[in-house]
Amino acid sequence: MSTEVTAKSPAPAPPGKSGAAAGGGLLQLMLDGMRRNMRQYGMLIALGLIVALFAVWTDGDLLLPRNVSNLVLQNSYILILAIGMMLVIISGHIDLSVGSLTAFIGSIAAVFMVNNDIPWPLAVVLCLAVGAVAGAAQGFFIAYLGIPSFIVTLAGMLVFRGLTEIFLEGQTLGPFPEGLQKVANGFLPEVGPQTNYHNLTLLMGFAVIAFVVIQEFRDRRRQQEFALDVPPMNLFVLKLVAISAALLVVTMLLASYKGAPIVLLILGALVVGFGYVMRNAIIGRHIYAIGGNLPAAKLSGVKDKKVVFLIFLNMGMLAALAGLVFAARFNAASPKAGLNFELEAIAASFIGGASMSGGVGTVLGAIIGGVVLGVLNNGMNLVGIGTDWQQVIKGMVLLAAVGFDVWNKRKGGS
Amino acid sequence: MAGPVLEMRSIVKTFPGVKALSDVTLTVQQGEVHAICGENGAGKSTLMKVLSGVHPHGSYEGDILFEGETCEFKDIRASEQHGIVIIHQELALVPYLSIAENIFLGNEHATRGFISWTETLRHATELLRRVGLDEHPDTRVADIGVGKQQLVEIAKALSKKVKLLILDEPTAALNDEDSGKLLDLILDLKKQGITSIIISHKLNEIRKVADSVTIIRDGQTIETLDVKSAETTEDRIISGMVGRDLEHRFPERTPHEPEEGAAPALEIRNWTVHHPIDQQRKVVDDVSLQVRRGEIVGIAGLMGAGRTELAMSVFGRTYGRYAGGTVLKDGREIRTKTVPEAVKNGIAYVTEDRKHYGLNLIDTINRNISLSALGKVAKGGVVDEHGERQVAEGFRKSMNIKAPTVFEPVGKLSGGNQQKVVLSKWIFAGPDVLILDEPTRGIDVGAKYEIYTVIDKLAAEGKAVVFISSELPELLGMCDRIYTMAAGRLTGEFPRAEATQESLMRQMTKDKEVSR
Repeated sequence: MSTEVTAKSPAPAPPGKSGAAAGGGLLQLMLDGMRRNMRQYGMLIALGLIVALFAVWTDGDLLLPRNVSNLVLQNSYILILAIGMMLVIISGHIDLSVGSLTAFIGSIAAVFMVNNDIPWPLAVVLCLAVGAVAGAAQGFFIAYLGIPSFIVTLAGMLVFRGLTEIFLEGQTLGPFPEGLQKVANGFLPEVGPQTNYHNLTLLMGFAVIAFVVIQEFRDRRRQQEFALDVPPMNLFVLKLVAISAALLVVTMLLASYKGAPIVLLILGALVVGFGYVMRNAIIGRHIYAIGGNLPAAKLSGVKDKKVVFLIFLNMGMLAALAGLVFAARFNAASPKAGLNFELEAIAASFIGGASMSGGVGTVLGAIIGGVVLGVLNNGMNLVGIGTDWQQVIKGMVLLAAVGFDVWNKRKGGS
Repeated sequence: MAGPVLEMRSIVKTFPGVKALSDVTLTVQQGEVHAICGENGAGKSTLMKVLSGVHPHGSYEGDILFEGETCEFKDIRASEQHGIVIIHQELALVPYLSIAENIFLGNEHATRGFISWTETLRHATELLRRVGLDEHPDTRVADIGVGKQQLVEIAKALSKKVKLLILDEPTAALNDEDSGKLLDLILDLKKQGITSIIISHKLNEIRKVADSVTIIRDGQTIETLDVKSAETTEDRIISGMVGRDLEHRFPERTPHEPEEGAAPALEIRNWTVHHPIDQQRKVVDDVSLQVRRGEIVGIAGLMGAGRTELAMSVFGRTYGRYAGGTVLKDGREIRTKTVPEAVKNGIAYVTEDRKHYGLNLIDTINRNISLSALGKVAKGGVVDEHGERQVAEGFRKSMNIKAPTVFEPVGKLSGGNQQKVVLSKWIFAGPDVLILDEPTRGIDVGAKYEIYTVIDKLAAEGKAVVFISSELPELLGMCDRIYTMAAGRLTGEFPRAEATQESLMRQMTKDKEVSR
């Protein structure tokens, strides 16, 4: 188990083995590459260290297949929120209402499905629509009326929390239909012959690894076609090996329990989808431009108001999704659901490399930040640290991550 | 006169890549009003920042003697302790604090950290009387006009026991009446023994208040003249400001021959814009001009003449409040109410302030270049990164942008290279009309030449270019025609052959009363 721990810290693969074999030149290249992307690699290294620390501390319990599976399920709603929050923060705004909105959607989901027996697929669509409308309403005030997002979403936080209690009449409502529970708590179905592993999960894991490797090679070839500089082959292979190893470890861990949780697949689709949009779509570019320099973006013809409006609409929809997953996982809608979720999502974004002034950050970063928080939560629970100290430690981690970033930037002289 | 109160000797100040002051000597006599004159970018403001400690001792070369002592100010506080107070063009008042609170900000009447309001009020009232401001000291600064705010700044300076008062373009944002009052106050303070340095473009003001004037050009002292002497005419000052020789080189241009009959590429008719906050003030006043294809048309004007405001209000109404006028392209009226509309109609505006309005400094070269026309490298809303990179690489080579790759953050480039990125961005947008606002501001001579070459090429390709600049030599070197602006109005139009620096400067310094 402990050998897998080292392999899990992906990009900066242990220099002891492969680095020394390839000589000092490769090590130098790696260090150069890391320095350029200090924030991302720094967080990955930190994540690796945190995982290693708790793996040792819990005698390997942290990396038991059942626990890894749990970890994914426990953090899925925060990670969903963190994706949307990252977009909000990149555009230079903030959203404090997502925790309350999560609870609010849970409550209307219960009203739809528990009280009124609306079929669950229809109810899910209705809930997402309500979330989108709630987000759009806030986005309207922020983008078109120019009210600061902090104020609008602070108001939203109070309004949605209050509405939750009104809809639930102060009580907890449940249970949810079985179909929805299966989506939120269930795993991929088992197929094929009996092996010691979950077949479909293994297949999917291999497919993802193959896809990543092929994509990286194609990318490299196209860069060469345009006569652009590419990193040397040995460094490139090293990177691929590290990524594949990390994916493989996660796949094996999940496959040796009940398989991949369905929520993980939803999450994966969101990460890939939003990552692609932020990187390649025009609207993604416009979001970065608005956060990086709003006056310059306006003078470049970016429709800043429309973009901000859409960002908040999207945040509302993701909050609705998180609310559904949360309610279905606990099989009840509670007035106290989603407490402090907004703060966890914001913390995840900042740990994952967002900047207070906007214009910086990646979807993957938000996920890394969220996983750091998730592993901390889970690990500290396993070793029996109380929630009091957990909060203190999480606070210090947030401060340290952003402090490191500020220090690193100042050293770079920018 | 009791001898010099201030001597600045051989001041040299370099910024990375630019020598802002190469050898400036300034001598100010005790009790006089000393004017400093020069084109935009000549180094006046830098000189005053050196004097007031904004640029601390050690960051420049040369000596400063104040009241006979050598001074080594490490910050503004140090210079203020000696009685040197600078009032910047952009006022440094806190709008939501009262007049009295602003006057004593950082210098409160307090015992053990607690403010004595009676003492504050008494002292503030006294200071307001001295500057002739008839407002209650408890009035919020946001509730009084710019002219009165200027007086509050002076009251603040007086509270610091000012001996030498520096005013950087104090009347640039004021109307005639307020300007007059302010100038009277400066003369009044002179009687009370306060020496003033006033930076100004307005020659009639200088003649009214100043005893002597020092002219600075290209970071060097040209001469100091006695304003009261009969030889010091406005023409004399102007010729000192502009210099005689054209030092910069320009690419060879064949002057544009206007096509008979063809409608101008861009025509602006009766354009009027009000100030965004002070809505009584016309920042652009009934301006009409036209530019033909293949033509480079200059707009000359000093600070506050309304050139940038004209350009930005035409480009998607990004400045001020529209109060009338139409824009025509190729003879047809077009809508330019929003930036996307203006861009769609083939107009591009390259800002004078590339750091704040032109570039996303934390983003890379390629993404900055593609931003205003992402649709050109995208299919179905998805950006083709490789195509985008090819475009950027193309510009990196053709514009000679000095950077290892197009993935370099723009913030790390030099000013000249940043300017090339902004130009690339707008050339990529494929406009028919380019409005270039101070395209060579703050960049070195070599990069300037490269930019001139690009502008020349754009005109040769049949684009219409509007060239806004404060540097007259570059307008004379590049333009087919030059308009002059002053106080929001067009004050003249010169074909290239008839324009000289002197004739342009005369129209640029024309004040409202003179033109009436």
